[in-house]
Amino acid sequence: MTAEGNASTTADPAQPGSETLLEVEDLEKRFGAVQALRGATLSLRRGAVTALVGDNGAGKSTLIRCLTGVHRPDRGTVRFKGREVHFRLPEDARELGIETVYQDLALVEDLTVWQNVFLNREVRRGLGPVRFLNKRAMVRSAEETLQRLGVNVPSVNASVRRLSGGQRQSVAVSRAVSWGSALVIMDEPTASLGVRETEAVEELVRLRREGLTVLIISHDLRQVMRLADHVWVLRQGRVVGGRRVAESDEQELVAMITGVAGDRDRTADDGE
Amino acid sequence: MSAAGETPSGVSAVTGALKGARDWGAGAVRDPVFWSNNAVLFGLAAVVVVFSVLSSDFLTSANISDLLVSAAILVVLALGQQFVIVTGGIDLSMGSNLPWAAVLLGWASTTHHWPLAAGIALAFAGAAAVGVINGSVIAKVRIDDFIVTLGTLGIMNGLALVLVSGNTVAVTSTFLQDLALNSVLGIRWFIVVALVVAIAAHLLIFHTAYGTHLLATGGNRDAARSMGIRVDRVRISAYLIAGLLVGLAGVLLVARTAGADPSLLTNQLLSSIAAVVLGGSSLFGGRASIVGTVAGAILLTTLINGFTLLQVSQYYQPVAVGLVVVASAVLSRFQR
Repeated sequence: MTAEGNASTTADPAQPGSETLLEVEDLEKRFGAVQALRGATLSLRRGAVTALVGDNGAGKSTLIRCLTGVHRPDRGTVRFKGREVHFRLPEDARELGIETVYQDLALVEDLTVWQNVFLNREVRRGLGPVRFLNKRAMVRSAEETLQRLGVNVPSVNASVRRLSGGQRQSVAVSRAVSWGSALVIMDEPTASLGVRETEAVEELVRLRREGLTVLIISHDLRQVMRLADHVWVLRQGRVVGGRRVAESDEQELVAMITGVAGDRDRTADDGE
Repeated sequence: MSAAGETPSGVSAVTGALKGARDWGAGAVRDPVFWSNNAVLFGLAAVVVVFSVLSSDFLTSANISDLLVSAAILVVLALGQQFVIVTGGIDLSMGSNLPWAAVLLGWASTTHHWPLAAGIALAFAGAAAVGVINGSVIAKVRIDDFIVTLGTLGIMNGLALVLVSGNTVAVTSTFLQDLALNSVLGIRWFIVVALVVAIAAHLLIFHTAYGTHLLATGGNRDAARSMGIRVDRVRISAYLIAGLLVGLAGVLLVARTAGADPSLLTNQLLSSIAAVVLGGSSLFGGRASIVGTVAGAILLTTLINGFTLLQVSQYYQPVAVGLVVVASAVLSRFQR
């Protein structure tokens, strides 16, 4: 088990000397009879875009949920900025500046864009128990954020119901980016989008690339090649390898995902 | 400091409420959305015009004041219902929680000679307890709100009857009498109470973080949870607020009738839901309108008032109320 973890770490795509933001070691998670994670080990470099790829059921979502406090892993450690962390609730992760763009976007359609951006982080004014929303401040701030990120919505006062799929996605990404001071995790951010809308969201990821650490879960290997610096491959609950995108190609990644070709990681696995 | 923040909030609260009536252009008149978004206000205006034409007694200041006084209890109940409905729930227990609160007050102050304040406190506490139980079973045990509150509707009806052996308890109190009959600055106390509750409800829902969380919980519970909102607590709190407002309505009811009658008030229950629906709130949650709910409650009361003036048999009243509700539900299909 441990040797397997080592096999993965030898393929660590992080450059030597580069700063590691998040390290996951030997994470295991079981749901009843299903062992969703069986020793996942990976690391994220600060300021980089890292992709996590794998087939359906490989354990991507479970791994993400362990990093955002939705699930608690059965075994293994998560180190954030060098310190071991135990997230019990999504708030715990959020407090450390880890934001997530969920696959369902987690937007409330009947609320406005600015209400969604500030949902559960409302700016209030007044003293004591009577505190009212400072709408003007939130509207202005939401406008600035969206403008800075180049997101086009008719108005931050529009309800999300009136936005297109791409606009909604952009709002959800902007919200995460504006609050996620340390790490933004995106779960299939463009899965349901058209070509143009996908481009807009990708642009958003690129725009904040400097300084922001992004972990992106994607089915789309071309997108991974376009956006990511590093990629980790998950297969059957294990991280079977990691690559620097510049030194890899789609074919190699497909082979690692499916486990068909005799790549070196698989050999390492089978050696156990 | 908070007062400084309060005044502009209050003003923008009112203008914000009126903003529902946007696009008052000529083109808007042909748009069904325009009609449905403001249906209750047009409905109320139409009913007022019709009754004014049919009865010279209708549009008199005395009658309007009486009308609003008799609407006050329904307004308070409907606002309570509004808090629950905005989270995507429903409170059917109001029909017996209301007499339960009234009976607690009668039992304490008449049967056991408690001071009036203690009796009123008991009425609030008793009704609020029902709300907390409803909310906890619904949110924590995850039982359907319809089933839970239908159950407590029966339970509280029985307990109210048991407490006073099924008899109406007379309550004599100068305070309650003043509350029911007297005015402040020319406005009857009942109207003042209902107005204060409405303004407070509006500020709470549309101008506080808690209100946004209520709307979010009703609009998309999973999203609210993902954003770290404690949706269980929010839902329980909505039932608690509904319970507290039922307690207030119970006190008003005792003041108005000078007694506490333990019998079930299903018409008040139906009207409280009808007022909220008429007002344009979604029964699926996520959308609220305090102005709409208040107007809805006044509209339903106006129908009854007008029918009485026109000496229409009171048996037609529920028919009219039902028709109005169905019509508003049809209109709401066009709603944004």
